[in-house]
Amino acid sequence: MTLNGWMQIFVILALVAAVALPLGTYLAAVAEGRVNFLRPVESVFYRLAGVDPDEPMGWKTYAAALMALNLLHFVLLYLMLRFQQFLPFNPAGIGPMSPRLALNTAISFVTNTNWQAYAGETALSYGSQMWGLTVHNFLSAATGIAAAIMMVRAFCAGGLKTLGNFWADITRITLYVLIPMAAAMTVFLIICGVPQTLAGPAHAITLEGAHQVIARGPIAFQEAIKLLGTNGGGFFNANSAHPFENPTPLSNVVETWSEIVIPFALVFMLGRMVRAPRQGYAIAAAMAMILVAAAGCVYAAEAHGNPLLAHLGVGHAMGNMEGKEVRFGTAMSSLFTVTTTGTSDGAVIAMHDSFTPLGGLVPMFLMELGEITPGGVGSGLYGMLVYALLAVFVAGLMVGRTPEYLGKKVQAKEIKLAMLAVLILGISILCGTAYALNTRSGLGSLGNAGPHGLSEMLYAWSSATANNGSAFGGLSADTKLLDYGLALAMVLGRFGFMIPTLAIAGSLAAKPKLPESAGTFPTDGPLFVGLLIGVVIILGGLQFLPALSLGPIAEHFVMLAGKVF
Amino acid sequence: MVRHFRPAAVLVLLFTLLTGLALPLGFVGLGRVVAPFAANGSLLRADGQVIGSRLIGQNVTEPGYFHPRPSAITTTDAKGNTVPDPYDADNSGASNLAPTSKALIERVKAAMAALGQPRVPADMVTTSASGLDPDISPENALLQIPRIAAARGLPPAALRALVAAHTTGRALGLFGAPRVNVLELNLALATLRRK
Repeated sequence: MTLNGWMQIFVILALVAAVALPLGTYLAAVAEGRVNFLRPVESVFYRLAGVDPDEPMGWKTYAAALMALNLLHFVLLYLMLRFQQFLPFNPAGIGPMSPRLALNTAISFVTNTNWQAYAGETALSYGSQMWGLTVHNFLSAATGIAAAIMMVRAFCAGGLKTLGNFWADITRITLYVLIPMAAAMTVFLIICGVPQTLAGPAHAITLEGAHQVIARGPIAFQEAIKLLGTNGGGFFNANSAHPFENPTPLSNVVETWSEIVIPFALVFMLGRMVRAPRQGYAIAAAMAMILVAAAGCVYAAEAHGNPLLAHLGVGHAMGNMEGKEVRFGTAMSSLFTVTTTGTSDGAVIAMHDSFTPLGGLVPMFLMELGEITPGGVGSGLYGMLVYALLAVFVAGLMVGRTPEYLGKKVQAKEIKLAMLAVLILGISILCGTAYALNTRSGLGSLGNAGPHGLSEMLYAWSSATANNGSAFGGLSADTKLLDYGLALAMVLGRFGFMIPTLAIAGSLAAKPKLPESAGTFPTDGPLFVGLLIGVVIILGGLQFLPALSLGPIAEHFVMLAGKVF
Repeated sequence: MVRHFRPAAVLVLLFTLLTGLALPLGFVGLGRVVAPFAANGSLLRADGQVIGSRLIGQNVTEPGYFHPRPSAITTTDAKGNTVPDPYDADNSGASNLAPTSKALIERVKAAMAALGQPRVPADMVTTSASGLDPDISPENALLQIPRIAAARGLPPAALRALVAAHTTGRALGLFGAPRVNVLELNLALATLRRK
């Protein structure tokens, strides 16, 4: 570890804070319908869709509209992938995706996971990348943000029967937030060297006279929204490690920043919308503390390098460079690893499978917590709010006070729904891993032997369930078992978590807003921040400790003992 | 849910036209105007022929050139076997070998033996994340100078100066790691020989 490395990490995080604060205020304005400079465009959208943007929806209507959009969009993407050979913008002449892989991919993108059991440069036409995946990157991100905004509204006033209009939310979020930010970022990325072209692969004659085919395409725009929308599906197999997706250290600063800026801004939006900014700061502080600690752990492990290679005479000054790019180095690679798994992004600039055991444990753990540090766009906020409800409930039990959060009484119904959401994660990850490892097909998918093999499978189910999409890439994921199994995990992790939280919102909205009293447990101070972190780690994390002990922790000790597999 | 299908279909269609067609194509056009070289893939040409991309490494094995990092990209041959295909830029990818993988240790041992050096910088024997890493560390480049000097009959001092001139520091003095672009360095070698 070096001072320079730590400075890189802290300067990027400072840049996030500097923008997330004002962006949070802007998001609150968008959520409250106070931003309308594109009113004419909005009106056209609403008129064609036949909706009234001011028509209020209860939580069930909101959830039904959300599911309808996602279901329809899923079917559309599946068809696009199956018939891409007949559609335009296919200069490399790429054929159709197999039904099984198309199903897995369509679910992967509609759930904001972007798990990729295929290699983008050889499996997808430019058309599929643009009107298939890129559009999903926008709409799945907008869906997550809409769900979070809807939940925040539940805390805003008492006795609400309605929680906003899904069509208006999704339109405004896309038009006023995602498109402008993605557009600005696209221009920056193109200037850095990210291609944006419809020309087919370039053909080069190398210095030694060999023929090199260089895949390229309309990358920059998709790259921007893939990170801003915490989607993570790379244009290329190597994802953001590919020099065409992320060509320079500066492009990487922006890409890292863009993964976590909207999730943090949404927390500040919560503070603005409930008219108590400190409540937002408290949640952001809990998220940031876990994130910084995680970044420190990965950086320490990766900068220390692989002792088994050091024995052979490999210098340790650069750290563990297997699966890392020279231009990024260890510090940036470590930070990106936690920003991509602390959110639901799942883009990678370094290959997690080749990380040191402890360096690989951290991203796995962050996903298993449910990605709330700061989490995916929208999903991070509603995920952390679920933990916040559990935290006040635990605090209430300890001191004998009636739990309330942001002026709403938290009762048995909300706690049951919150526990349902949290348990879905654990059940899907642990049962899925255990089942897969007890089948011949599952064991045949493993790319590495020993405890690391277990880590590969655990990582896959954690990533799919938490809608992350990154992988321990040695795993051969395009098998019947994993294509279908992980697709199910992605649906459970996305909608099995989201629907209970929307139900919580519906339940809380109807309750009266209580004035703060002497009996109110303050949720905007350091005591609550500590309690929240504790609940996240103990309730969310501890259930995975046995599995982690058998995987990365065991591997760490056998590595120190010099054993290889 | 059924009554929601019309607005869902219309909005999906509109956003597909906007974010899936109009904007990506608009940025293709903008890229052509604002940064044609970058938007097209940073292709380097000599006498009109594309010789590679500035951002994409290429496979170089002759002793008279600087060598890139090992690349883990593989391809499938006619018989269906997986074979190494380093720096195949129609593809990308990493070894994904675990730190405790026997295959990794054996591969690094073989690479060290081939280099004949007791100690090497880490990037010299490890594969990158993309398999297309265009850069090597300055230490890596310096360690290759004796071989290149012998192959080309050039003074090592001139080569050291060339490496220094092609070393890119950290961005803004802070971000990333110092690096040397191998393709540009090798192209500069050719000019050195002509002198």
